[in-house]
Amino acid sequence: MAGLLLLAQTVADPIGAQPDMVEARQMQALSLAVHIPIVCFGIAFPAMFLFVEGLYLRTGDATFKALAKRWSKVALIIFAVGVVTGTILSFEFGLLWPAFMSRFGEVFGIGFALEGISFFVEAIFIAIYVYGWDRLSRRGHFLTGIPVVVSGFAGSFNVIAVNGWMNDPTGFKLANGQVVDPQPWTALLNSNLWHELIHMYLAGYLVAGFVVAGVYARSWLRGERSLYVRTALVVPLAFACLAAPVQVIVGDWAGREVAERQPVKLAAMEGLQRTQEGAPFTFGGFYRDGEVRWGIEVPRLLSLLARHDPNAKVIGLESVPEQDRPPVNIVRFAFQTMVGIGTGLALLGVWFVLAVWRRGRLPASPWFYRLVVVAGPLSFVALIAGWIVTEVGRQPWIVYKVMRTTQAVTAANGLEVGYVALILVYVSLGYAVWWLLRRLSRRPEEVGSG
Amino acid sequence: MADVCAAFIILGIAAYAVLGSADFGAGFWDLTAGGASRGARVRGMIQRSMAPVWEANHVWLIFVLVITWTAFPKVFGSIFSTLYVPLFLAALGIIFRGSAFALRGQAATINEARVLGALFATASVLIPFAFGAVLGGIASGRVGVGNAVGDPWSSWLNPTSALIGVIAVLTGAYLAAVYLAGDSLRAELPDLAEAFRRRALLSGALSGVVAIGGLLVLRSDARALFDGLTSGGGLAMVLVSAVAGVLTLALVWTRRYAAARFVSAVAVVAIVVGWALAQRPYILPPSLTLEHGAASDATLQATIIVVVIGLAILGPSLWFLYRLVLTGKLDSTYEPLDQRFKPVE
Repeated sequence: MAGLLLLAQTVADPIGAQPDMVEARQMQALSLAVHIPIVCFGIAFPAMFLFVEGLYLRTGDATFKALAKRWSKVALIIFAVGVVTGTILSFEFGLLWPAFMSRFGEVFGIGFALEGISFFVEAIFIAIYVYGWDRLSRRGHFLTGIPVVVSGFAGSFNVIAVNGWMNDPTGFKLANGQVVDPQPWTALLNSNLWHELIHMYLAGYLVAGFVVAGVYARSWLRGERSLYVRTALVVPLAFACLAAPVQVIVGDWAGREVAERQPVKLAAMEGLQRTQEGAPFTFGGFYRDGEVRWGIEVPRLLSLLARHDPNAKVIGLESVPEQDRPPVNIVRFAFQTMVGIGTGLALLGVWFVLAVWRRGRLPASPWFYRLVVVAGPLSFVALIAGWIVTEVGRQPWIVYKVMRTTQAVTAANGLEVGYVALILVYVSLGYAVWWLLRRLSRRPEEVGSG
Repeated sequence: MADVCAAFIILGIAAYAVLGSADFGAGFWDLTAGGASRGARVRGMIQRSMAPVWEANHVWLIFVLVITWTAFPKVFGSIFSTLYVPLFLAALGIIFRGSAFALRGQAATINEARVLGALFATASVLIPFAFGAVLGGIASGRVGVGNAVGDPWSSWLNPTSALIGVIAVLTGAYLAAVYLAGDSLRAELPDLAEAFRRRALLSGALSGVVAIGGLLVLRSDARALFDGLTSGGGLAMVLVSAVAGVLTLALVWTRRYAAARFVSAVAVVAIVVGWALAQRPYILPPSLTLEHGAASDATLQATIIVVVIGLAILGPSLWFLYRLVLTGKLDSTYEPLDQRFKPVE
């Protein structure tokens, strides 16, 4: 949590900063950092417990039912917390960025209207699913889980669509600073939608998969080998390990899209000062006075990655005036963190897939399971780092090249009071949820309890 | 088209004022149920009744927010930048209410349950008051158009806001008591049903008195709103609400809770619709009309398409959920809240 707060605090804009805007951005970043991991569970967890319930329907083994039931109860608690943290986000749009909402709500709002509907469906069916165990027919119960999976996907689709639009604002014209002729459907289906969506969707499976698998990997390391623990370990692990290598490919796709549409963001991710052909990629180090110091430079690699051509031209930071550049070190450090962790997770995934595929059994080395335990928190760090890249990398714009973040912020006072209150609330909420999940994990399994 | 989108918002507010308020009202009764052992049975019933539905009920609020910022973006920005204090309080309340309620279901000792219960219940009173105060600020014409144009304090610390805040808390308590009486009867706990019946009669009568007395407050503090509510469509709705309110009391008196459930909802919906009719054509009185506050036609059209498709999906889903709830399919076994902390005898 302390690390998270530090992260949120670094999301400050050194250029053209006004105190209110810095606080507003930190509040928004904090709230997003709290909500996004919950979204991961909303995307991926229902598919996992529904899969386990499917095993129960096929085999009739009560172990699978007990596991699916346990997970669905955890999912309901996580959903409840997501309901409140998501509500806070929608309040913050108005409380912190009223000028942004006033001007552009009519362009991108439709995405949130769709998201609201998905959220509704999710709330209805997750309640029916969790409270309907043993009360609906076996088949009927399984079917009520399907809308939960679908609406989890639909919800992220729509929110990502809005974020994609902020990075590639289309579907409107401006006249004297006012929006004219908005085309909400064009805005919704912007060019960033697909790669951002798939990147986030896989991230959902990575985070939820590794976090859940990590819990049971601990039991595994203690020598527990029951069918219950084995299933609870293998199902999320399989989801996460299959997603991890694919995420590398999708990440490469996302990177090329950024190179194409937001070259300054890409330049900040790499710390590339001047526009050049055959641009190098620098590992580590930090950016100062127009160059990356203490890093390891690999010639032409950036051009190869960004354009799939070692001699291609890559745009540098110099292409725009200084006040139009994002804070380079934050974006670059977050980017390298995400890529580093993502690569590690992909290797872990390959290890798992090879072991299962070649030898038909789970990896034998305890080191694999120790790595799975740390993969949960690491995937979470990578998730937050990735969002820092896209959000801080878009700065100083809230709507890319159309509206500056400084123009969007509320004119109201007293933000610092709200900021402090919010930190206290989130710290206590985080503690309470951690306490509760621990309590749940210590309860005996409900095998045979009907 | 702006009228249609405004109607969607009113639909959402009305649904939230019935379903969301009833959950807040349950929190009110939780707060006033007495000590840990005396209030245990009431609290156990509240826990059992609310658990399957409160999340779905809460989403009506999100529905209202997203339709407002899409179809009336200027209005949304103006309201949130002026009324940020009560809205922030409501937001904090929402965090505490939802998480404390969800966590209380897992509490292991009576002390944990008491702390979480107190948080849940206090927040349940704070939230409807804050939202009522926000509506009061809007209805009495205290929200200026623009980024933080209205006064951050007097926009919600005023007689109309206080009145609507109190009415929101009271009607929530009333609805909750009616619903919980019905739920208790279904759970075959007639003495608990009687306890909620007494609460329903008391809070119902009190809501009526405050509502009638409140008209005098509106007359001096928000004359335009008062005039709207005492003439034409506004008056018709006020009368519908009054009749439905009295009828609900009669139904509760004669212990017909299933019918009371629907008629009490009619009373609340009528007053929300009445408020909308009373301030027509303004969305932010005294100057911003629906037409001027609305987004462009393309956006309004898209909103209508989305909401119509959405309601086509949500209607049957909600019907399915509430049918399961009202036929007892999602009921868990009833236990007083302190039961699981007692040693097994």
